[in-house]
Amino acid sequence: MLRIDRATYDAIVAHAREDHPDEACGVVAGPEASDRPERFIPMLNAARSPTFYEFDSADLLRLYREMDDRDEEPVVIYHSHTATEAYPSRTDVGLASEPNAHYVLVSTRHHGEQTGLAGDEVEFRSFRIVDAVVTEEDVEVVESYLFGHSPTTVVYD
Amino acid sequence: MAIEVRIPTILRTHTGGSKTVEGDGDTLAALVDDLDAKHPGLKNRLVTEEGKLHRFVNVYVNDEDVRFTGALDTQVKDGDSVTILPAVAGG
Repeated sequence: MLRIDRATYDAIVAHAREDHPDEACGVVAGPEASDRPERFIPMLNAARSPTFYEFDSADLLRLYREMDDRDEEPVVIYHSHTATEAYPSRTDVGLASEPNAHYVLVSTRHHGEQTGLAGDEVEFRSFRIVDAVVTEEDVEVVESYLFGHSPTTVVYD
Repeated sequence: MAIEVRIPTILRTHTGGSKTVEGDGDTLAALVDDLDAKHPGLKNRLVTEEGKLHRFVNVYVNDEDVRFTGALDTQVKDGDSVTILPAVAGG
């Protein structure tokens, strides 16, 4: 299961909405082996494409260097699909290279200008991709990580 | 002295879990051969059957992406630092 705080969840959705119709992408880093997505890092889609995303190679090096220095790892790797469902494509599966990460897919195919408007149905789903096998998992949105887990949680499945 | 090579998580199955390994060579190609001799299978993950670097594997010598410095022909020397990172990409 992916447990993610509300602010980070909203930031991922907002990024996907902003970059539509191109795919948006990024990472949420967290302390190694903690499974806690804490530091939201939106990345530039160097492909600037509605059907493909790729981190810029210099950005990628900087990102991993920084995570290394802070003893972090990519807990979440997210990207958007802008015309299809929030499910990993064959390309996504073929290129997935972080077996410990939660791969979050957001679909903006039915999105409005902002959350809560009629017709806004941004899908947000999470998957493990290990050895080309995709396993969907539940997403639990918690209000905050700061003071432990809040009892007011919403489970999306 | 040797060349220090940083290994990404997904390739650590070839290095017994090590994050960094050491190797030798005058070019990146020679270094990869040396690494493969010590950590069998590593070369296959980096280089295609046609002998080119995989499109979605990034290799940096001292922070410079080797795509801009001659790919596998890039010169390396003792004391250099090499980083391997799979692309974060998809469709």
